[in-house]
Amino acid sequence: MNTTAVTSGLSSLSLSQRFIAGVLALMLGMTLLVGTGFAGDYRLHNGAHDTRHAMGFPCH
Amino acid sequence: MFRNLFFAALVAALCAGLATSIFQAWRVTPLIFAAEAFEGDGNAHSHAQDTPEHSHDEAATTADSHDEDEWMPQDGLERTAYTVLANLLMAAGYALIIGAVSVLFNLPITFANGLLWGLGGFAAFSLAPALGLPPGLPGMPVAETLARQIWWAGAALSTGAAFVLVAKQRAAWALAAAIALVIIPQLVATPVVPDEASGVPAGLAAAFTAAVLYNGALFWVILGLAFGRMADYLASRPVTLANGAKA
Repeated sequence: MNTTAVTSGLSSLSLSQRFIAGVLALMLGMTLLVGTGFAGDYRLHNGAHDTRHAMGFPCH
Repeated sequence: MFRNLFFAALVAALCAGLATSIFQAWRVTPLIFAAEAFEGDGNAHSHAQDTPEHSHDEAATTADSHDEDEWMPQDGLERTAYTVLANLLMAAGYALIIGAVSVLFNLPITFANGLLWGLGGFAAFSLAPALGLPPGLPGMPVAETLARQIWWAGAALSTGAAFVLVAKQRAAWALAAAIALVIIPQLVATPVVPDEASGVPAGLAAAFTAAVLYNGALFWVILGLAFGRMADYLASRPVTLANGAKA
């Protein structure tokens, strides 16, 4: 990578690098979203209860 | 470069998560507390004057969340702290998801287009699900949770996919497919809400739905703009500082 690519940031990545970064971010993001907004476990549900209602997630 | 993506997502999540926490404390959570007062303490509330069948249905639909011995945060500081934490984690989840979409589809998030990302996220994750599943307060009758979650996720995914498609392809077929992706989930029937009376006043419920949508818009606009601003900043730094391994 030379300096001309520097300013283009994330788009300067090669296809495979983008794919790996994207999939990792997607998995981590989904885990956080499911944990706060969807998980059935009562501890997660009750801890995040007001967030679920406030963000319009399906809640009880 | 992984670091740039995660760092931008983290900063955006912090900004949007704290902003929504403040707005929620001001305009959203007070409505939840007000509704809980109507819900009463536990399931038994107000069923004495109802028919036995009603009590049975109500218990069946809400049994998953109101057992007396369940752990839940104490009202007050503890409950607020858990809500702020959940807001931050949820914000990090959404930030990583739009970051992932950005790198997977090579659609950079910048400060210049951050508002579009924010409005797109709002439309996909707040507006589209809300059209079929209006945000409701505790104590309101609801359909089975899993069925609602599936409908919600389907509407969000389909609507979000429409925006990505239009961002990548401006051809007529892409526009037509995007319109279909936005409309189709709304044609799928939402889970049936049990026909039960609710102790929550209609005015309170309406105020809550409006507050949730406003909250969603605020959250998403800040998330998109902060993500874009941070991504711009990280991209403008020399590559050796942003990511030594890449130099």
